[in-house]
Amino acid sequence: MRTRPLSPHLSVYKLKYTMLTSGLNRITGMGLSVGLVLLVYWLMAVAGGARAQARADRLLSLPVMKLVYAGFIVAACYHLVAGIRHLVWDTGYGLERAQSQRSAWLVAVASALLMLLVGYGAWLSMARTP
Amino acid sequence: MSLRTPMRRVLGAGSAKQGVHHWWVQRLTAVALVPLSVWFAVSLLTLPSFDHATVAAWMGQSWTALLLILLVLVATWHSRLGLQVVVEDYVPGPGARTVTLVAVNFAHALLAAAGVFAVLKVALGGAP
Repeated sequence: MRTRPLSPHLSVYKLKYTMLTSGLNRITGMGLSVGLVLLVYWLMAVAGGARAQARADRLLSLPVMKLVYAGFIVAACYHLVAGIRHLVWDTGYGLERAQSQRSAWLVAVASALLMLLVGYGAWLSMARTP
Repeated sequence: MSLRTPMRRVLGAGSAKQGVHHWWVQRLTAVALVPLSVWFAVSLLTLPSFDHATVAAWMGQSWTALLLILLVLVATWHSRLGLQVVVEDYVPGPGARTVTLVAVNFAHALLAAAGVFAVLKVALGGAP
């Protein structure tokens, strides 16, 4: 293939936190796609009946899965909050540099609070259902 | 003077021949996923137990089944569109890119079909 001119890309720029918030949105989105596989696996296991679900639960209740679920909570909370920021951008508001820097911090704080809230909910749920 | 024909402008198709369809559906599914994902997180975390009887009874409720089907469909659609952009950005070469995109499409079709099938099976009373 003919060598074509390359537009400025990731490794050309100095890392700024506004870049980080955008990149993280993509990375968490990819992680959540994997989470979707796990969700459908669980739904299929439930549909397979009590024994099929018990078999799947042996995998889903491995200690390492707690780490995976924590990862999904972090990814989901971040992707939700950062996604809403993108939806606001799509209306044409908040695209000025100062505004996007402020909203980057807002996304960090709001998603961290949401992670704590959902994490607390998951902890309560775990305490109830071992 | 614009070189674009009036027909091209009406169709809004641009060089990708797809117009704003991808962009727009990505946003539509994103908006739909806000309430759906909040509902899913709250109902999952408030389930009294994750044993089969409890989960199957939960999935068997009409509204739960309906919203779960919507969640699976909208989430797989959103995920498919998102991963498509990632593949287009990072997989070099038209051959490998096309093969990866086809694999992404097939995987998401499988996820959507399996998710809907599983919920319907439980909701319509097929789960033993």
